[in-house]
Amino acid sequence: MTRLFMALWLALAGVAPLSLVTAIPAYAVQPDEVLDDPDLEARARELSRGLRCMVCRNESIDESNAELARDMRLLVRERLVAGDSDQEVVEFIVDRYGEYALLKPTTGGANWLLWAAGPLMMLLALGVGFSYLRTRQSATETGPGQLSDEEKAKLSKILED
Amino acid sequence: MIVELGHFALILAFLVACVQAVVPLIGAHQRWPGWMAMAEPAANAQFMLTAFSFGALTYAFVTSDFSVALVVQNSHSLKPMIYKISGVWGNHEGSMLLWVLILTLFGAMAAWFGGNLPPTLKARVLAVQSSVAVAFFAFIIFTSNPFIRMSVPPFDGQDLNPLLQDPGLAFHPPFLYLGYVGLSLAFSFAVAALIEGRVDAAWGRWVRPWTLLAWVNLTIGIGLGSWWAYYELGWGGFWFWDPVENASFMPWLLAAALLHSSIVVEKRESLKSWTILLAILAFGFSLIGTFIVRSGVITSVHAFANDPERGVFILMILGFFMGGALTLFAARASSMEAKGVFSLVSRESALVMNNILLAVSCFVVFIGTIWPLVAEMLFDRKLSVGPPFFDMAFTPFMVVLGAILPIGAMMPWKRAELGRSLRPLIPAFVLALSVAVLAFAMQTGRSALGPVGLFLGTWLISGAMVDVWSRTGRGAVAGRLSRLGRLPRADWGKAVAHGGLGVTMLGIAGLLAWQQEDIRVVQFNEPFEVAGFTLSLTDVQRIEGPNYISTMGWVDLSRDGRAISTLTPEKRFYPVAQMPTTEAAIDIGFWRDVYVVIGDPQANGGWAIRTYYKPLANWIWGGTILMALGGMLSISDRRFRVAAGAARREPTAGVPAE
Repeated sequence: MTRLFMALWLALAGVAPLSLVTAIPAYAVQPDEVLDDPDLEARARELSRGLRCMVCRNESIDESNAELARDMRLLVRERLVAGDSDQEVVEFIVDRYGEYALLKPTTGGANWLLWAAGPLMMLLALGVGFSYLRTRQSATETGPGQLSDEEKAKLSKILED
Repeated sequence: MIVELGHFALILAFLVACVQAVVPLIGAHQRWPGWMAMAEPAANAQFMLTAFSFGALTYAFVTSDFSVALVVQNSHSLKPMIYKISGVWGNHEGSMLLWVLILTLFGAMAAWFGGNLPPTLKARVLAVQSSVAVAFFAFIIFTSNPFIRMSVPPFDGQDLNPLLQDPGLAFHPPFLYLGYVGLSLAFSFAVAALIEGRVDAAWGRWVRPWTLLAWVNLTIGIGLGSWWAYYELGWGGFWFWDPVENASFMPWLLAAALLHSSIVVEKRESLKSWTILLAILAFGFSLIGTFIVRSGVITSVHAFANDPERGVFILMILGFFMGGALTLFAARASSMEAKGVFSLVSRESALVMNNILLAVSCFVVFIGTIWPLVAEMLFDRKLSVGPPFFDMAFTPFMVVLGAILPIGAMMPWKRAELGRSLRPLIPAFVLALSVAVLAFAMQTGRSALGPVGLFLGTWLISGAMVDVWSRTGRGAVAGRLSRLGRLPRADWGKAVAHGGLGVTMLGIAGLLAWQQEDIRVVQFNEPFEVAGFTLSLTDVQRIEGPNYISTMGWVDLSRDGRAISTLTPEKRFYPVAQMPTTEAAIDIGFWRDVYVVIGDPQANGGWAIRTYYKPLANWIWGGTILMALGGMLSISDRRFRVAAGAARREPTAGVPAE
């Protein structure tokens, strides 16, 4: 998927193709990585989807073709096999690679603003929208007073049909 | 020589734009007809000069003129002709030239079809449009000139990025640009109206077809990009919430809001200042998108060579136009008082709700896109905001939108009775609910995502059908059927676009909820099963293409012993660019796709093969096409053609009064 962004990037931004030489697609999860236990494997896939490949552009390790992503996938599976809970695996990765590795940002610190932005904006918009609708409900119909007769004629000609 | 002429034409177009941005504005202010009238020929000249310039660059690409630096960097003599042409916009400089070409095209179209506009408004619209063009001409000429020559031309070029050598992506940028550059005209109309100090129903009617045109193209552009990602990237994803994608999605959401709110301006003379604000912001988000994409600020983490000078230039353009327009808005918006009176339950209120949902969801996408930058600058935290955030924060708004849309679409203007609007929808609701319950009962212990998506999709589609049917009035079925064909195209457009949204929702729900994946090492002629299909790898060969080398596998696909097709997934290697690509093989079906990708040969024999079963995948793009088609039906509605100035050519006696 790195390539999608590279391509979109190129299509839109026009970056010299030279910078793309490093892309080495094979594909994401390789057959030899898959765990024998289907439950553990399903958890590994789910976790991988939420972890960022550190050297890629906005790509989870589940989709990435990079070597590092493979290492991280193997690491996740290693921890799962060792008996870690999902939470522990994520903490392990964050300890090692930093908060940057989380594709789903935490709610801690200033991040509450990110998570609350949508709902807060919605409440605000609903409030403004509702009060606007209230004024419309009680307003009195006003005619097109400020138009001259000539303009009125023109307007009705344009709007007729 | 032709390249130099193109370069010269570009500079000339810049100068024409400078004049056009000033003279008509003064003319409109002083009521000097001659000064206002110059806008029209100037807009034509600007467009033709830019078109010539673009033609000259295309000529350089087609003839593989390797004395032009841009051609060297993005073309190769062996490349198929279609990709030589698409190479023109497959890079920063050329795509900026396409950008201004479309900008001037919209300016020229406003001149061609603006016969009905009052002369002062028309002059101001064209002047504002031209001032945007001035900024972008300057950007190209001073920071991104596509016509630079090489002092020592090389023997051959460096080839276009192989991923761009694809029919889906070749036409993705032009549509995308027709979309978000097209919003510039809505912006120009908004600013011109603010300068005029007046917005009336006619303004709403003039601005709507342009918004629709931009929105239709943006829809097609985004759809093409998503379809390309699906078949080209090797695992069948269709949307990634990447900043570059969000950059095109935000204007799409606002344009959708704008084309609904301008209906309220036209029909009810309300929501005027909000509509003006939306028109300004929609284009503002196009500019923000351009900034995000070309500055590299937000996705800068893994360095693509980007020129900070370009980013700063675009930021200045953004600051100037948004700052100027919003200041003007603050000064003038209060003079646009609303006229229409309507109750809390009415079509108007429903459209207000539509606007709230679309605008807030756009805001969520915006916050998520810029948050990494904000967090790093203000809180010194390096973090990521990825798909899991957007899925959680964005989806609820779309669910609410889908749930209330069919009800709002049925409501009459001014005053509605909820019961009366809901009653005809009961069959649609029952149908949607039974589809959802059936899906829930049939699936085995998975999330509610699939059933909810199926409910919304079915509800939207059947709701759109009820909407169209209810327009035919009362009486015998035969009479209503015959009236169906005579409905205004705008009514059909509305139903088709809303139904299209439903089809897309069905596709997304089906794909996300019931997709199956299989990764394994496959030996020759050892069949394996995926989702009830039997696949068998029969052969792998090395094949030479025009400018690539391919490793192609042959996979027989069958079901219950019945052969369906032979799929040929490929891995290609482009030697000039030193880049591999995957070409998935897809057995496309109405209800499902079977998607096969070939990987690497394994050390102990066999090949890695990845197989996906993707239910309803094509509905995503089918719905996109329907949405675009709905928009086009609406544009072709008679009243827009009349409003666009075609009235002058129609014999007035032949038009019956309605």
